[in-house]
Amino acid sequence: MNAFDPYTYRDDFPILAQSVHGKPLVYLDNAATSQKPLPVLNASRDYYEKLNSNIHRGVHHLAQAATAAHEAARETIARHLNATRPEEIIFTSGTTDSVNLVASSLGRSDRFVNGDEIIISGLEHHSNTVPWQMLCERLGITLKVIPVLDDGTLDLDAYQELLSDRTKLVAVNHVSNAFGTVNKVVQICSQAKKFGALTFIDGAQSLPHMSIDVQDVDCDFYAFSGHKVYGPTGIGILFGKHDLLCELPPWRGGGEMIKEVTFEKTTYNDPPFKFEAGTPNIEGGIALAAAIDYVNKVGLTHIASHESALIEKAAAMLAGLDEVAIYGPPDRTGAISFNFEGIHHYDLGTLLDQMGLALRTGHHCCQPLMARFGVSGTLRASFALYNTEQEIDALEAALKRALMMLR
Amino acid sequence: MTITEKQQELLDELDLFQDWTERYEYVIGLGKKLAPMDESLHTEDRLIKGCQSQVWLESTTEDGKMRYLADSDSVITKGMIALFVRILDNESPDDVLSADLSFIDKTGLKEHLAPTRANALTLMSAQMRKGALEASQ
Repeated sequence: MNAFDPYTYRDDFPILAQSVHGKPLVYLDNAATSQKPLPVLNASRDYYEKLNSNIHRGVHHLAQAATAAHEAARETIARHLNATRPEEIIFTSGTTDSVNLVASSLGRSDRFVNGDEIIISGLEHHSNTVPWQMLCERLGITLKVIPVLDDGTLDLDAYQELLSDRTKLVAVNHVSNAFGTVNKVVQICSQAKKFGALTFIDGAQSLPHMSIDVQDVDCDFYAFSGHKVYGPTGIGILFGKHDLLCELPPWRGGGEMIKEVTFEKTTYNDPPFKFEAGTPNIEGGIALAAAIDYVNKVGLTHIASHESALIEKAAAMLAGLDEVAIYGPPDRTGAISFNFEGIHHYDLGTLLDQMGLALRTGHHCCQPLMARFGVSGTLRASFALYNTEQEIDALEAALKRALMMLR
Repeated sequence: MTITEKQQELLDELDLFQDWTERYEYVIGLGKKLAPMDESLHTEDRLIKGCQSQVWLESTTEDGKMRYLADSDSVITKGMIALFVRILDNESPDDVLSADLSFIDKTGLKEHLAPTRANALTLMSAQMRKGALEASQ
């Protein structure tokens, strides 16, 4: 028996109580963004009601209180990821921003020479593809791609073959947003390390569903977005190993990132501030820490086992429908992607919406992956701690009705 | 029948349905009844850009009247474009250009569509007018 009861937590998420087109909302688009619990909403409001002030350098009470809250948030996130120190945590606007930070900073370093290579995988979101592609174009280096096997996992034999002394960076996601595939990031990082390559892990889809220990993964960088883990939009995290952050040049200039400015020369601040030019999203950081606290209070182990039970139920339900194609391996996390023969995913998504179900349709910002499987897109159901078995039953009923209309 | 009369007739038909599923089924049915468009006509230049599903439109003139052939890989989109074809096909280019196509707002279908799809309706009607504009010059 599963001791976890999602109904205990649904009241924490006010948005879930609403109706859509006169039907109860069934929100299964959590891989796109998760809903926010009251402790997160309260943290945002409390900040503006009681703390709002610009951080650092302020001598007055509010500035000091806001700074303390902002830095406490950094410590919460450092503990959650098991970083060795809070200075390894950089506030960004999201995973995309984190990737761009690393790509841009690396591009300004002297780490790349002509003929070097960056390896990504065929499972990547455009966010973990395009910034590297842009970097490669700018530096005249080569982008290599780990192929995806038919079961939606990475071909790690091919990865081994791709690695060489020319490999300077390997960037992969921990969990695929399109298929829910969990990549073997510990192995991927340790193999990369043998060739002296840096490693970047996109954790946008892993953070909501599992405990992450960056020392265990032993990656150089790990990034995630606040809004996918019950926090606000516009805030994200980049973890970077401290030595590396000290070495790498800043990417954006402005306030906060400097030590001293003269018109002749500017010296830069230490990490993390070196990478945080301008007034940060102070409230976002604090509310993100509240989201992390919330997830830990509920318990990531409970969340993970509840969600995998839901995914297994969804997979079994889908497998019972005619002419279905289900993508990704059976041990998927967070999301399940599928299509029906001869039915446009967009049509199905439109009809499901009429019945109050929110699913994502399309290419999921993974056009190369969709091309690999010969589809223009899929329908994706993705799960959070507040989803219920009854919602899978509602999905089944809605799918059957929609398929009847479309066939 | 004038374009306005055809629009009213269509709205009256849609009014018969109380339930959204019936409306959708009706629109999907209209799409299925569209004159077939040969696959060889599914070319890049006939593709309406900006729609999430693929929509192809061929505009020609026959005895001074606009003739439209359309297709889509989405049956709902195909049904939507069938609404326009039913209203505008076999009309003179001038009548197509002066037609008030706000009837689509009265069908109650648009409010059920994602903004991307509502936008696709605008793109479709614009493309049909473009054909008429070229024919009238």
